[in-house]
Amino acid sequence: MAFSSFAEFLAMGGHAPYVWSAWGVTALLILATVWHARVEQRQLLNGLKRRARREHARSTGGAQAPLNAARFTSVEGETRNDA
Amino acid sequence: MWAFINKLRSPKWFYAISAKLQPFFWVAAAALILAGTVWGLAFAPADYQQGNSFRIIYVHVPAAFLAQSIFVSMAISGLVYMVWKIKVADMAATVMAPLGAAMTFVALFSGAVWGVPTWGTWWMWDARLTAMLILLFLYLGVIALRGAFTSRDSASRAASVLAMVGVINIPIIKYSVDWWYTLHQPATFTVTGRAAMPMEMWVPLLIMVLGFYSFFIALTLMRTRSEILRREGTKRWVQDLVTGQPEEKR
Repeated sequence: MAFSSFAEFLAMGGHAPYVWSAWGVTALLILATVWHARVEQRQLLNGLKRRARREHARSTGGAQAPLNAARFTSVEGETRNDA
Repeated sequence: MWAFINKLRSPKWFYAISAKLQPFFWVAAAALILAGTVWGLAFAPADYQQGNSFRIIYVHVPAAFLAQSIFVSMAISGLVYMVWKIKVADMAATVMAPLGAAMTFVALFSGAVWGVPTWGTWWMWDARLTAMLILLFLYLGVIALRGAFTSRDSASRAASVLAMVGVINIPIIKYSVDWWYTLHQPATFTVTGRAAMPMEMWVPLLIMVLGFYSFFIALTLMRTRSEILRREGTKRWVQDLVTGQPEEKR
């Protein structure tokens, strides 16, 4: 151990701003990269799954309604359940 | 040998094999980086001249190594794509560029921060510093070039050519400290000869470097898989994969 206390470790012998900013930026970028890769993978897989489901529904003759036939209810529409 | 190369051409094969390889590199990366961090930050002795600011070396050097290695990998992938038309190589090159740019930025930033207490300046137009800045611009250029074409093949070829031409910058970075010895210190690691620092400082650095390389491999495998999904999403095997049975679910 190069330091005798945790406070001393944080102080880095007076070089705290330099050491911690360099390490902080590195850690942040690496974690952000991993997070981005995970989000990217999940989104792509979900997108492909959604499209496969849609295509499947279309090919089986609409056992499941295709997306373009979905009904949307506008705020001032006829079906107001929230009022 | 040819059978192996032909397999390499197939994104499907790559998708399967990378799924098996990926976990090892993630575990290695996490373990090595964690060990190197604890060792480098808390246990390695302070430098007798630089005090504790020298601990920046444990992020600076691995990042600088990756910054250069990733560019070389990108150029090689570009060459492989241009010569053999192996699509997976181009996909790998695509996903390498942002990580390379990030690592170049880390190397530049940590170097600048380190320079303040050590050299008394955060920047100088020193040969190595300038060459690293050019490397960052080359990465950004490769990324921008890919986005500038509507045809994927044109984009891939343009990016490959820029990577192959730009790789000339790598030996310039490497030898800059010997050719124009101005500010930056010479290499810490040498293939021949002994390390330029005591063992208890050098070992954690080696661990960090290996950890960063594992991280690069793990992330490249993972993101190349995503890139395969992005580009080959309409192919039959991908659709079979996402709709059901096979082994890959994540």
